[in-house]
Amino acid sequence: MKEFERTFDSLYEGMQDLSFAGVRNWKELHPGAKAVAFFPVYAPMELVHAAGMLPVLLSGAGDRLDIQHADSRFGSFICSIIKTTMEMAMTGHLEPFDGLLFSSICDSARNLCFVVKRNYPQMYVDFLHLPHSTSESSVDFLDAEYRRIITELERLGGAPVRQAALNRSIELYNEQRRLVRCLYDLRAQSPHLLRAWESYVLIRSGNLMPVEAHIEVLKQALDYLPTRPGKKRDAIRVVIEGAFCEQPPLELIRLLENAGCDIVEDDLAIAQRWFTEDVPLTGDPVRALAESYVQRSVYSSVRHDFSKPRWEGLAEKVRGTRAEAVIFLIAKFCEPAYFDFVLFKKKVDEMGLPHLLLEFEEKLFTFDRLRTEVETFVESLVFD
Amino acid sequence: MAEKSASEYRGSIHQQQKELMLDWYQRLDHAAETGDPPTVSMMISGNCVELLEGFGAIPLYPEVNALQLAIRHQSLEPILAAEEMGYAGDNCAYVKADIGCMLKGITPTGGRLPKPTLVLCNFVGCNTYVKWFEHVAAFTGAPLYVLDVPFLRGDQPSQADIDYVVRQLKEVVLQIEMLTGRKFDYDRFRQSVAYSSEVEDLWSQIKHLAKYSPSPFDAYFDAITLMGPLYVYRGKREGVEFFRAALNELKEKAQAGNGIYEQERFRVVVEGPPPYPYFRTFRDMFASWSAVAVASTYSTVGGLWEFGFRHDPKCPFESVAMHMLAQNVTNRNYLQRYDQIRRYVQEWKADGVIIHFVKSCRLFSAGQGDMRDYFTKQLGVPTLYIESDLEDPRYFAEAQTKNRIDAFFESLEHAKHTAGHAVFERSR
Repeated sequence: MKEFERTFDSLYEGMQDLSFAGVRNWKELHPGAKAVAFFPVYAPMELVHAAGMLPVLLSGAGDRLDIQHADSRFGSFICSIIKTTMEMAMTGHLEPFDGLLFSSICDSARNLCFVVKRNYPQMYVDFLHLPHSTSESSVDFLDAEYRRIITELERLGGAPVRQAALNRSIELYNEQRRLVRCLYDLRAQSPHLLRAWESYVLIRSGNLMPVEAHIEVLKQALDYLPTRPGKKRDAIRVVIEGAFCEQPPLELIRLLENAGCDIVEDDLAIAQRWFTEDVPLTGDPVRALAESYVQRSVYSSVRHDFSKPRWEGLAEKVRGTRAEAVIFLIAKFCEPAYFDFVLFKKKVDEMGLPHLLLEFEEKLFTFDRLRTEVETFVESLVFD
Repeated sequence: MAEKSASEYRGSIHQQQKELMLDWYQRLDHAAETGDPPTVSMMISGNCVELLEGFGAIPLYPEVNALQLAIRHQSLEPILAAEEMGYAGDNCAYVKADIGCMLKGITPTGGRLPKPTLVLCNFVGCNTYVKWFEHVAAFTGAPLYVLDVPFLRGDQPSQADIDYVVRQLKEVVLQIEMLTGRKFDYDRFRQSVAYSSEVEDLWSQIKHLAKYSPSPFDAYFDAITLMGPLYVYRGKREGVEFFRAALNELKEKAQAGNGIYEQERFRVVVEGPPPYPYFRTFRDMFASWSAVAVASTYSTVGGLWEFGFRHDPKCPFESVAMHMLAQNVTNRNYLQRYDQIRRYVQEWKADGVIIHFVKSCRLFSAGQGDMRDYFTKQLGVPTLYIESDLEDPRYFAEAQTKNRIDAFFESLEHAKHTAGHAVFERSR
């Protein structure tokens, strides 16, 4: 399985590809079939998959696209992923997609939805309201909202979405989420067998490929990794919190690891771990998806369950992985993360854990200052 | 800044407004002392103040507190206190001012503010509200209910959207009953909805008076003054009386051909909240050009009534839901806002659009560059884009803002002289 080592590089390359060659290939192999992209954070991929389409989760453009046009539409104090997504639209990069969906994560993303809609009327652009409440009525509402989206997808695809297809899609995504959870367990238990940047590449690449193909990649990884030669190292176990939407450059994750952190948990590319357990395959599949979102989602700064505060979710994560510190990794101008930082920090302080706040942008070219901050933080813990 | 007191209309309604708002603060002070009446924290946008009347409860609006502080030049201290505890420089400064005040015991009038009986997050479009009220609940220990209002994705809400909001409103009723031990008075609620409907009709007529040339009031700066009573007293008899008096006063002025300046020179539509810490300074920048706002989107945050919507006492819950879902600018989608401004420009006969970007509020500001593109390139309407903040005094660049405003009106004036109104007729 030596060849699996090379997989990381090829997956990373695919993940970086702004021409979406994988999506274009898929469309060539499936003439007439549609591809539908989602803006982060979570999306009910199953609905699109069951409609015979390719669901793709976008992640901005990193440092691979200069902002030349989007600044004139979204001005100061707006996070980078909004601008790079707009820039991708304005420069034809989203051309392989027939649809683009946004959801109720933040005000900037919501306005972006309608700006894209005005500028690209030929594309199916929709806004999905994911409830901010776990009230009983929320499930009924989301059930209706998902059915509305299905109707739109049926119009786009020209064919009905059948219950059997929905069940099959849920089964596949359950499998993908289960394998991703296994990968996280493996990493938390044996960080020397799987570095965080590697696990990140394994998972995030799945946002761009058919779920069936991603399941195969994950299976191969889980077969190989336990046998991988790796040496335990003296490092601090940390949880990363706050990078759930705009993604940090891979180099930043590596930098944290090289500075002496074992990242045992994070909220990067969290869509693939969205549910705490499988979506039930009994009963109506749309209802099951809606109920799972409202009642069995992981905690996240963009999803609100007021019966269980998110900072308790973070506390459980820290305890469950025996983490020794929390690093708040927050995208510049990300308001949901900024707000949550205040109450998360309060909780982490109460737990007596050290924490560090780092701000990033997907487009970062110099890492020196961040490296110094992280190294100082790690040293202060090691020599404490 | 130059003294421009003559540039501004001060009628008896301004004095009455002040008295009504002081009376409200006194009642809040009383509630803080005695626990009576119950108080409910709410957001201005799409507020359901009528529901509170069913309990004789009074609203507590953190936004009103925050803006009052800013107008009185007292917002920086609490903002800094909040930043000290971890809030980011780029967090909404309304939230920071509110939380900072809570922790430092500062209030706009010096009176006390009660711990709310219920923190009711009437989330309408603003994701910051959800965080804000969660923080208020966490810091005060008061119970929290988040009323999840689906964003208006299409032109109108679906039946599922309406049912969802109505069910939650009924849950709120049960919760307040449980918290206060008071029974919900349905008739009083319905009466309140009826008062709201009257107030909305009067307010809408006032908004339409700005179609007169000259306009008898400024539909941005003066409308903001009238917004306090609109949100606190909408569902009450006092509200009806106040807005009836306001309408009479302004109608008389309009019919007599009296504007707010000796001669009205420019008519504009303003998009976005004002820079409250420099409210007067900002107003004077328009006054020096005798420019009047004939319409504004900010004055429709709490409700959009000039296009016909009214609460309906025949179906009180449904109409409250409808107001929250579809009849306030914050829960309507961005393109509906473009259309709202377009109608203002055309029907209120404006010369241009002022887009005021405020860094605190991404709901308002994210994408305003595209909005400008739409008005200038697609409709041929002159626009001015300026940036500052609604609460944080550190983001107001006075000289630069003045320069831009001066340049805008100079070019409008030039266009008027050289081409008559031809430039603007294209958009109509």
